[in-house]
Amino acid sequence: MNRTAAEAPTRYVEHVMGMPISLALRGRHTTDRAARDAWAEVMTELRDVDRVFSTYRADSVISRLGRGEVTVEDCVPEVAEVLALAAAAEHDSGGAFSAWLPGPDGVRWLDPSGVVKGWATERAAAWLAQLPDTDFCLSAGGDLTCRTLDPDGPPWRIGIEHPTDPGRVLAVLPVATGAVATSGTAHRGAHLVDARTGLAPTGVAQVTVWGDSLTAADIDATAAFALGSGAAVWLATRPGRSSFVVWADGSTTTVDGSATI
Amino acid sequence: MKKIVLWCMSTLTVLVLLFGYHTSTSSQAAATAESSTVTPVAGSLAATPSTSASATAPAAATPSAAASATAAPESTTATTTTVTGSAADTRYGPVQVQLTVSGGTITDVSVIDYPSSNGKDQQINGRALPVLVQETLDAQSADIDMVSGATYTSDGYLQSLQSALDQAGL
Repeated sequence: MNRTAAEAPTRYVEHVMGMPISLALRGRHTTDRAARDAWAEVMTELRDVDRVFSTYRADSVISRLGRGEVTVEDCVPEVAEVLALAAAAEHDSGGAFSAWLPGPDGVRWLDPSGVVKGWATERAAAWLAQLPDTDFCLSAGGDLTCRTLDPDGPPWRIGIEHPTDPGRVLAVLPVATGAVATSGTAHRGAHLVDARTGLAPTGVAQVTVWGDSLTAADIDATAAFALGSGAAVWLATRPGRSSFVVWADGSTTTVDGSATI
Repeated sequence: MKKIVLWCMSTLTVLVLLFGYHTSTSSQAAATAESSTVTPVAGSLAATPSTSASATAPAAATPSAAASATAAPESTTATTTTVTGSAADTRYGPVQVQLTVSGGTITDVSVIDYPSSNGKDQQINGRALPVLVQETLDAQSADIDMVSGATYTSDGYLQSLQSALDQAGL
């Protein structure tokens, strides 16, 4: 199963939005000008997204929108697109997911981060998809999208990290072409909340969702985590994705959404 | 509101299935062990989008005999039982769920029927999704290309598994 050095992918890493962006390339364009240009475009696009959507920047469009200084109509069209995705997720999750999170004082503040990361990464990956005869796997802080052109080629092997022992993987997911997103509190503490209560969800340690779209997988992983002990039952209603839930007690549930009609 | 009630009913179907499974096991010890693992699912009722859910949860727990009408074990080995629920209308459309219970723990939830009313869903469903290989491994022996985990920050990245992978390839 081990591959030779010649088959090992070429890797790139840079940081944006306070998280590492990791790229693995294999095929015709991995180290040449076309590959480096595509990688540069990916990072430029993610930095642009960060300038618009960062809640850590007081001067970002989203911060100004949250303070009511501008309206959605004043913003670049991507803002309306992201807010529409967030609204759909809020509806689908019964309010557990929301771009408007309750603060300690009960006042809600605008933070669409749960939508932005997967959406932005999927968009940025379009630059890589233009590389002919080249496979890619692009990860933004543990949420990733990948492509394999050869139907008989080896899939990308994605390790699902152990939520309490980050040096180990709990499972391996072979993905030829598709997306994987994981939500949990392993690396950032209890920053994810149930938007209905403002409290950290209970019962669940980590949710991984995979399917065609990273935008959808990331939103569903975040929303399912916010639902706490209701994660698996909710995920079972989501068409076209599968998921893997690690509960707080260490037990796991696999939700298989791959059945065809 | 009616849709929410329907959604709760579908959740209840899952619950009822679980309690139906209890009635098929004669061992009191097994039933006790299972009831502890069922708790997360029962808890999900409170987490589903309705206040009425918590009110109906205790009701579902009592009439376990009635559950056999909707659920029957399809296949039983010494440790694993698979049960299929009847199709339930949810806010997303009809959903039919199959549960695998192994050693008193729900190990798999399969959706055997789900909403497919729009073309996008059908297009998505046309291709089989990857199947997870569940096995706890040291990263070194797992031979993985990329790691999916709770969001890494740049600060935490240096200690991360993904960092090790990236360095190995640089």
